[in-house]
Parts: sequence; C-alpha cells; structure tokens
Amino acid sequence: MIYIKLSLPNALQDSAMPSATPPTTPHGINWFKYSSPQAFFPVAGALAPCFAVLAAVLCVVGLYIGFFIAPNDAQQGESYRIIFIHVPAAWMSMLIYLVMAFWAGMGLAFNTRLSGMMATALAPTGAMFTFLALWTGALWGKPTWGTWWVWDARLTSELLLLFLYFGFMALQAAIDDPRRADKAGAVLALVGVINIPIIYFSVQWWNTLHQGASVSLKSAPTMAMTMFTGMMVMVFACWAYAIAAALWRVRCIILERERRSDWVNAYLEAQK
Amino acid sequence: MNWGSASEFFAMGGKGLYVWGSYAVTFLCIGIELAMLASRRRALNKKS
Repeated sequence: MIYIKLSLPNALQDSAMPSATPPTTPHGINWFKYSSPQAFFPVAGALAPCFAVLAAVLCVVGLYIGFFIAPNDAQQGESYRIIFIHVPAAWMSMLIYLVMAFWAGMGLAFNTRLSGMMATALAPTGAMFTFLALWTGALWGKPTWGTWWVWDARLTSELLLLFLYFGFMALQAAIDDPRRADKAGAVLALVGVINIPIIYFSVQWWNTLHQGASVSLKSAPTMAMTMFTGMMVMVFACWAYAIAAALWRVRCIILERERRSDWVNAYLEAQK
Repeated sequence: MNWGSASEFFAMGGKGLYVWGSYAVTFLCIGIELAMLASRRRALNKKS
C-alpha cells in the first residue's frame, strides 16, 4: 500500500489548525501578544478615539495656519492654498500603501492573522487619500496649468496607485476564505510596491508638468516657513486620521472574522 | 490676517471654486468613510 501525502495549500492548513500558543522570546517578553486579534481589539478601541481627536485638533490648527497666517503665493495667488490638503493626501496615499504592503508581507511571512486584517483595514483609507490627491490635484492644475489632467508620469502613476488599491480590495472581496484572500492580496500589494518609488521620483526621472518636490530631507523647504508649517500640521492631521480610521475598521474586521468565537459573542452580547 | 472681509475670504482671489472644491470634497470623503464605518459596526451589533 502506498500512501501519498496530500499537501494542502498553506491557506487551507492553517485555517484548520487550532491556534498554537504564541512563542515567547528568551527575555520573556511576548512580542506576539498583540498579534492576536483578541488582544489587539481593546487596544485599537482605546487608541482610535485618541487619534481621531488628535486629527481634529491638528486639522483645525493646520487650516488656521494655512488660511489665516500663511501669506498668498507670489505666482499663484490664493489657489496654492490647495497645497494644505493636496500634499498631505498625496503623501498619505503612498505611505498607507507602504504600510499596507508591510502588514501584508508580515502576514505572508509570519502567518499572523492580525497582519492581514491590518492590510485589509488600510486599503479603503489609502484609496480615499489617493482619490483626494488626484481630485485636489485636478482642481489645482486647472487654474495653474490650464488643464485638469495630463497623462504625465506623476499623474499617471498616481492613478495606477488608485487602481492598485481598487484591485487589492476587489481581489480580497472576490475570495471567500479570508486567510486565502489575505495571501492573494498580499502578493498583489507587494508587487505593487514598485509603483511607489516610480510615483515619488517621477518628477525627477521624467519631464513632467508636475512641479518637483518643494520639500525634501536633504535641503530646506523652498517655501515660506508658515506655508511649510501649515502643510506639515495637515500632514500629521491626515496621519492621525488614517490611523483612527484604520483602527476602527480593523475592529470591525476582527469582529466579522472572529464572529464564531466565544469572546466576540460575549462582547457583542454585552454591547446590547 | 490675510482677509479684509468674509466675502474676500470665500472668493479666494477668484479661485474660490477650486480651493473650496478641494476642501469640500475632502471633508465629504471623510464624512462618508466615517459613516460607512459606523454602519458597518452597527450591522455587527444587529446580527449577533
């Protein structure tokens, strides 16, 4: 009699296995403690409102600086004030993608459920910021360049980023088993990372209508200090908002995916 | 202070439509996202 060992795809195996006790490091610190959805759920619940309040406060401060303290631009007049939402949105669209791909990759590497959930939770917020970067860019382009849209490298690669987010969400939505959806999405997210440096460096690599970076790590910003301050405060506001939104969404995802577990049932009962 | 009057502020030097169009859609998107999150959360309470 010959036995043929059937090896199931990873995704099928781990969903059937009971969750093992997470390993501990020699120092006795359990780095994996918060990788359990159950342990992370209350942490996310405590952190999300803090970041939401922070986002609201920073937004008010940033817009106040942007509209009432920063002077108008010598070349563009008042239309440049779109910068206070355009640049933060564009940066967030790229940063959220990187964080999403990071969590997706962690999920592939360590097989932690929460990593995939985090990636899934970040995608809609990232797509929203990508859309906003394109929308505010169009509204800025019209009075500045005389056109809403050009098919140049910066704009086209940013549009591709929006489609990558949509593709990630559609792919995950199309696969019933969430663990398999996580893995398929992770591959897509990791392949799509190549687009991020293309977006970022597009204004250097190609001749585009889009202006070069006004802000870089290597040199002082080429803009008035108050403009720069207003913009950075808005960047942190968007940052805090994205964290709050992703944490709220990951809480929903945890409850949805773990609905059959005792602790979720007990939690939802207690909410009534 | 940059603005002499409220109407000057809303006009944005003739670029009001572009500037306010950007911020209005931004806050609309954020509002929609938060509403969708709230309804997703409520749906969970109902089902259990």
